Amino acid sequence: MTASYLRRVKVAEVERVASRIKRFRLVDVENKPLSEFSGGSHVTVCMRAQDRVIRNPYSLMGCPSDTSSYQISVLKVDNSRGGSQFMHDNVVVGTELEISEPLNLFPPAKLARKHILVAGGIGITPFMSMMSELDALGSDFELHYGVRSAAEGAFCKLLEARYGSRIRLYLQDQDQMVPLERILSNQRLGAHMYVCGPKPMIDWALRTATLAGWPDESIHSEQFNAPPIGKPFVVKLARSRREITVGGHQSILEALEQNGIDAPFLCRGGACGQCETEVSGCDGFIEHNDHYLSEAEKASGRKIMICVSRISGDAVTLDL
Amino acid sequence: MLVSGIKSRPVYPGLSPDPNARRNLIVCDRAGAEAVVELVARAGEDFVKRASVILVADDASSEEAAALQKKLDPVHVEVACSLDAAIAQLREILSGASMGLRLYAAGSEPLIGSVVQAGAENFIDPLSVRTEHRGSLMRRVQCVHCKGMTENVVTNPVKCAHCGLLLLVRDHYSRRLAAFQGVCINAEDPSDSPEPKVEFQ
Ligand SMILES: Cc1cc2nc3c(=O)[nH]c(=O)nc-3n(C[C@H](O)[C@H](O)[C@H](O)COP(=O)(O)OP(=O)(O)OC[C@H]3O[C@@H](n4cnc5c(N)ncnc54)[C@H](O)[C@@H]3O)c2cc1C
Ligand code: FES
Repeated sequence: MTASYLRRVKVAEVERVASRIKRFRLVDVENKPLSEFSGGSHVTVCMRAQDRVIRNPYSLMGCPSDTSSYQISVLKVDNSRGGSQFMHDNVVVGTELEISEPLNLFPPAKLARKHILVAGGIGITPFMSMMSELDALGSDFELHYGVRSAAEGAFCKLLEARYGSRIRLYLQDQDQMVPLERILSNQRLGAHMYVCGPKPMIDWALRTATLAGWPDESIHSEQFNAPPIGKPFVVKLARSRREITVGGHQSILEALEQNGIDAPFLCRGGACGQCETEVSGCDGFIEHNDHYLSEAEKASGRKIMICVSRISGDAVTLDL
Repeated sequence: MLVSGIKSRPVYPGLSPDPNARRNLIVCDRAGAEAVVELVARAGEDFVKRASVILVADDASSEEAAALQKKLDPVHVEVACSLDAAIAQLREILSGASMGLRLYAAGSEPLIGSVVQAGAENFIDPLSVRTEHRGSLMRRVQCVHCKGMTENVVTNPVKCAHCGLLLLVRDHYSRRLAAFQGVCINAEDPSDSPEPKVEFQ
């Protein structure tokens, strides 16, 4: 993906929807219609901070057929290396940003009889557009939404008003847990489960569904990957014979972009597979942070997803 | 071996037990029953308790069917006299079934195809069905001209059982129809009739 795919938008509205979450409404700078998207899609938002460019994926929350504006919501992350902080502190009504075209790695299954949505915290965002779409289609769905407290949960009132008893809220500070095992038992054939939230919650939900005898094809998840930072290392590019230093707070992809090298990417979250790169040599170990490569591929050490994975060691040689 | 370059050609990775399934429902024919015997031997006790088999015994004598039933013991086996009867029974079960049911199919391709098809009609993803091909390579073929199905095809080309055209059996497979495509081989010159050769035995 290159700059030509980017669309310039400006912020039309900012709203604080929970103690650490802000919602942004984006419109085309020339008020041209935006592309339609499908429920569960996200865009990559490109932010021009003082010293660097930050690109983070954010899920689209509005109605998929509404082309007048897009809505995203951003959680302010502690120890953020930039993106979410920038959105909270620097982005106001009128700020211009660039976004990619929508991409969907988390669509609802077309042939499902029922959709069981499980959200934790900011993981509610992809379900906002998904529910819009499912509701318009008259599909059967229910949302189980866990939040830390009433103050930290976004959109609770709005969701209950819009979808009534199809929404179940669970407040962590009142010891309410999503009773997933019970929810998943006695569902008729054709039910699909979707989960988005913190990694431990995703892992727990996937495990619970598998132990309930649900086939992999009926279980879906999206992880908002925020991989750990590390130590600086050198990337040697075999084809272009260049050497680039990747900072401890940078991904390989970001370091390449900073040095004017265009590498392919779509999701920037280790999910889509677009940035898969051949490793021709590694002076250290690859820290695989993606959920795209198979265990065998990870173990082989021949491939790396440069949007999220790094190495612990001195240098890695890539086929670029 | 069933290998081909055409993408729609299904692959059958072999049976493996799902230790978590609440119910294991297995459909097989006489040849496929051998794969089921191996599956049951490999799987744990819990699997066996939750498993049941529908055996299509159209090419087996009642003694042979009884012997297979014995080999599969203690798994409960229902014997069906034909593939159609087995699929009708399967549909009945699936229409009232819950998540946690795992479907298995072992035997000829038409059998596997029919099981996957009945599963899909009841919201089971084709990839969720665990399959193993055993025995005959015979195919179910749909004539692309009259849309009629010809069962148990072993030769290529084959005469359409409905419109009588001589059909070239292709590797092009329709999951929805659970059948391979047959295309008229001598449309240009009906007098040019290549000799059918046994290809799918
Ligand atoms: C598909 C998808 C949808 C998302 N939707 C939302 C949403 O709707 N709302 C929301 O709040 N968040 C969402 N996120 C998360 C969001 O993109 C950011 O990760 C989050 O806002 C935190 O970003 P940050 O810059 O503040 O902090 P950080 O997590 O510190 O920084 C993230 C940045 O780190 C870079 N990076 C990646 N791997 C490494 C590494 N190994 N070492 C160093 N740097 C690395 C990435 O390029 C990324 O730009 C989504 C993520 C994905 C993948
Ligand atoms: S860009 Fe999608 S996996 Fe890296």
